[in-house]
Amino acid sequence: MITLSNLIGRIPGGLAQGIIWGLMALGIYITFRVLKESDLTVDGSFATGGAVAVMLITSGINPWIAVLVSFVTGIVVGICTGLIHTKLKIPAILSGILVQFGLYSINLHIMGMVANVSCNPSKNNVLISMRNIPMAILVGVLFAIGLIIIMYWYFGTEQGCAIRATGNNMHMALAQGINVNNMKVIGFALSNGLVALAGALMAQYQGFSDINMGRGAIVIGLAAIIIGEVLSEIIFPKGCSFYLRLLFVILGGVVYYLIMIVVLWLRVDSNDLKLATAIIVMLALAIPNFRKGNK
Amino acid sequence: MLVLENLKKTFNPGTINEKVALNGVDLVLKDGEFVTVIGSNGAGKSTLLNAIAGTWLVDEGKILIDDIDVTKLSEDKRAKYIGRVFQDPMMGTAADMWIEENLALAHRRGKKRGLAPGIDPEERATFKSLLKEFDLGLEDRLSTKVGLLSGGQRQALTLIMATLQQPHILLLDEHTAALDPKTAQKVLEVTDKIVRKTELTTFMVTHNMRDAIIHGDRLLMLNNGKIILDISGEEKKHLTVEKLLEMFEKAAGEQFSNDAAILS
Repeated sequence: MITLSNLIGRIPGGLAQGIIWGLMALGIYITFRVLKESDLTVDGSFATGGAVAVMLITSGINPWIAVLVSFVTGIVVGICTGLIHTKLKIPAILSGILVQFGLYSINLHIMGMVANVSCNPSKNNVLISMRNIPMAILVGVLFAIGLIIIMYWYFGTEQGCAIRATGNNMHMALAQGINVNNMKVIGFALSNGLVALAGALMAQYQGFSDINMGRGAIVIGLAAIIIGEVLSEIIFPKGCSFYLRLLFVILGGVVYYLIMIVVLWLRVDSNDLKLATAIIVMLALAIPNFRKGNK
Repeated sequence: MLVLENLKKTFNPGTINEKVALNGVDLVLKDGEFVTVIGSNGAGKSTLLNAIAGTWLVDEGKILIDDIDVTKLSEDKRAKYIGRVFQDPMMGTAADMWIEENLALAHRRGKKRGLAPGIDPEERATFKSLLKEFDLGLEDRLSTKVGLLSGGQRQALTLIMATLQQPHILLLDEHTAALDPKTAQKVLEVTDKIVRKTELTTFMVTHNMRDAIIHGDRLLMLNNGKIILDISGEEKKHLTVEKLLEMFEKAAGEQFSNDAAILS
């Protein structure tokens, strides 16, 4: 039924999920905006994070440790993509596709060759769940604040600055003695670590991990980043500081997911959502290019 | 001291585009020597500079910087010994980062980059007084994105960055070619000031014969990947563009083919 109360009822849940997608987008921000590379590993590493967390939690491990292990696993996955790109000299986008493709098998192995493993919050100890949405929103916000603070600090360190320089101007970075290959590997690693962490939270929230849960994650992440940038340009036309930009990435994730909820509430066939998202992201990516072209 | 021994480099060997870019270059540059390098289009000036910088590895020969053999070192490892300014003002600085962040990155050239703050307050004060010294109007704009600066300002900043951590050798690759004449003059002044102040061993490639004659204490002319003229001391002081062209034609047996160099 298309009723307003129906829509309002869905908003808190959308908010919680949107924040988790926003956390994932923070990870994608590292490769897409800081390193200026497109890393398609995330479709795989998001599911890897979910799989690792659910398998650990259902075997009785503390959920904090499970999330931490997911993060570390994501880092290892990112290192693989980074090494394939820098050592084997395969373009970043192809390296990501290869790792993401291979991860399908690895993720299945992690989940004991089952495509879907449930993680019932009434039987397991989880950090975040759709059974308790206010709590889920709180946990999501705390993660967002924590990660933004850590990222703000890290990208102000010597190493963080070196990563930014690598993405900004490789010639300059090399001339300043920065090992750009190492910086790229570190960037890919941290990015996929955060994506896997977000996957771990999403699996707990929805109560299962699924082999296909990461499908389209990169597109959702890009949508979140771009929506966030549009919002920040509207609110701060003169530009804003780094931590605010990161906050807008989270907001972008939330807005993206709320748009999806409205679209679903309007009874659009959910099978058409992916096409709609793809077109929106394509337009959002294209508009700045045309603006530049006119100058 | 920079020592080049019989450097050879061929691009696209065995193909129709084969090009012998360096054909046995020998050079000894003494400590504190400022050499200007000139040559017609495709003579191998920038190629020689890139060989020293490590953009790629040479096919044959040896490169020693202060007795350290860097022939096989990658570009980023070699950067420990080398300060560098590119022809394109966009290439030497990170546009999306602040002036002070660019300077701080340069201040850590050749050092390990860990989790310490990317810039500390003491540094900031040093940068400020340094920028003031060069009178570029940048000392109060430390937290301005470098992308907002003019080409000349960016090039001057790159120069300061290249020498912030005293390099063993400074490489300048036609670093004023993309600037308007007035700005080019200013950047050359900054260059002279820095080189004289710190007694840097400097290797400056230029397309402008007059600049090559006025600046530096030694002039090299390249042709077909070889050094064909090496002029220093009194002879260089009394050099003119006409004389230089004459000497080139004698040495190379052909006309100098770079209109920009003659006309400017």
